[in-house]
Amino acid sequence: MATILHKRWLPLIGPLLLLALWQLMISAQWVKAVLLPPPAETLAHMASVFANGAIFADLWATIFRTVCSFGIAVAIGVPLGVMLGSSEGAYRSVEFLIDFFRSTPSSALIPLFLLIFGITDINKIAIASFGAALIVLFNSAYGVMNAKKTRVMVAQIMGVSKWHVFKDVMLMESLAQTFVGLRSAVSMALVIVIVAEMFIGSETGLGHRIIDAQQVFNVKEMYTSILVTGALGYLLNLLFLLGEKKLIHWSGKA
Amino acid sequence: MSAALPAAVLPPLPTDTVISLPAAPQTHVTVRGLSKSFAGAPLYTNFNLDLPRGKIVSIFGPNGCGKSTLMNMIAGLVKPDAGEILFDGKTLRETQIGYVFQNYRDALFPWITAWDNIAYPLKRQGLKAAEVKARVDELVKLFEIRFDLKRYPYELSGGQMQTVCIMRSLATRPEVMFLDEPFSALDFEMTLFIRAKLQEAHLATGTTMVIVSHDLEDAVFLADRILLLTRRPTRIAELVSFDMPRPRLPEAVADPEFVRVKAHTLEVFRREMAA
Repeated sequence: MATILHKRWLPLIGPLLLLALWQLMISAQWVKAVLLPPPAETLAHMASVFANGAIFADLWATIFRTVCSFGIAVAIGVPLGVMLGSSEGAYRSVEFLIDFFRSTPSSALIPLFLLIFGITDINKIAIASFGAALIVLFNSAYGVMNAKKTRVMVAQIMGVSKWHVFKDVMLMESLAQTFVGLRSAVSMALVIVIVAEMFIGSETGLGHRIIDAQQVFNVKEMYTSILVTGALGYLLNLLFLLGEKKLIHWSGKA
Repeated sequence: MSAALPAAVLPPLPTDTVISLPAAPQTHVTVRGLSKSFAGAPLYTNFNLDLPRGKIVSIFGPNGCGKSTLMNMIAGLVKPDAGEILFDGKTLRETQIGYVFQNYRDALFPWITAWDNIAYPLKRQGLKAAEVKARVDELVKLFEIRFDLKRYPYELSGGQMQTVCIMRSLATRPEVMFLDEPFSALDFEMTLFIRAKLQEAHLATGTTMVIVSHDLEDAVFLADRILLLTRRPTRIAELVSFDMPRPRLPEAVADPEFVRVKAHTLEVFRREMAA
């Protein structure tokens, strides 16, 4: 009984240790209180911004931009990736471009996107979609390309039409890898949205909230917003992990 | 005299066709003038073969002689460089075949249940749900399946997965069924089970079967004919008949006739290895 209890609460040890270290840094006066507020005060402030609703506008703005970017990335990345993946020649001919832009930090492209879209919401969504779409595309293409040859042959021997070989076998085979791409893409979309909110003239969003608090030295507010942003990223990742387990039940087993 | 001539001056070797070399009576699959080389090294040159209807033929031979390549060319998975392959005078496209892979894990579709795997080729043939169910039920009865087919392939044991593969390939009532080392990834218990089930399926359907095996006992046990191949360039060393009545029980391996045929095939095999 005691061991079951232990196991269940094990994941809490890390966060509690962090909070303890945080408190220790302040109690031992390693860091000035003006740079790091006590954890209890920060958590109390977090509770209050949720209680009085002060954070909701920014939270929703960030979620909205991330979801939009992710949606666009999926709508472009999955069909294009599957198409490129099903013709290896096509993929090889654009492979360099995909790998190049995938390796380029999307934040480096912010000035370029500023030129094209100006200081708008569309800009933030456009650049986040761009970064996320490349990840989705790359993973979907590899999912199709790495479809087990045996399964494709199985369907061909049955005399199934080319379209059905594609739809019933290659597409299904690619789903596990596609989901890995979706999970990384949603994290990437959030990262870019936050950066864009910080540096592309913005009136809303968690990124804007973080940078605003920093400018006026409101550290409690800043840490609160950082923690909320982290929690949002964690929850999005968790959501996709759970979805993957449910939808792609064979992932890693076959 | 002619040995001194350069090769280019020699007339090309005549290649056999179904016209120049008609199939023997009771033939199901006719292979004529088959050629295949890999990286310039000929594996098969003008290879001819008649596979008898309704029989189980085992292909056996030294390593690298192209047992699987021969079967895969007949099944259309490997493209021959030249040659004709006819099923009752029809081409492969006009013929329903079945194929059981060595690697059952990679052959089943893990996203659908075992039952749906068996039903898949039937659904794609456009059969109605009731007809599909009737055919799958028939196979379940034939194979006396006691495990839950509503489970996913990765939840089954290796032997159960291979059983599902065999059921799926039989579902469409193929004329010819190909099995590529179907036992090599199975433990002995499952090998005995699948051997028995394959015999029952063969007795019930009369399907022509071709089995590639690297195990001499497996090759002889199920076969009506054992096709022994030479080293490459590959020719037929001998087509051995083994007419023991079916169903053959596991004890059949101790039968004098089995022992004699196995000893004979081993002798031919060793002679070809040494050649």
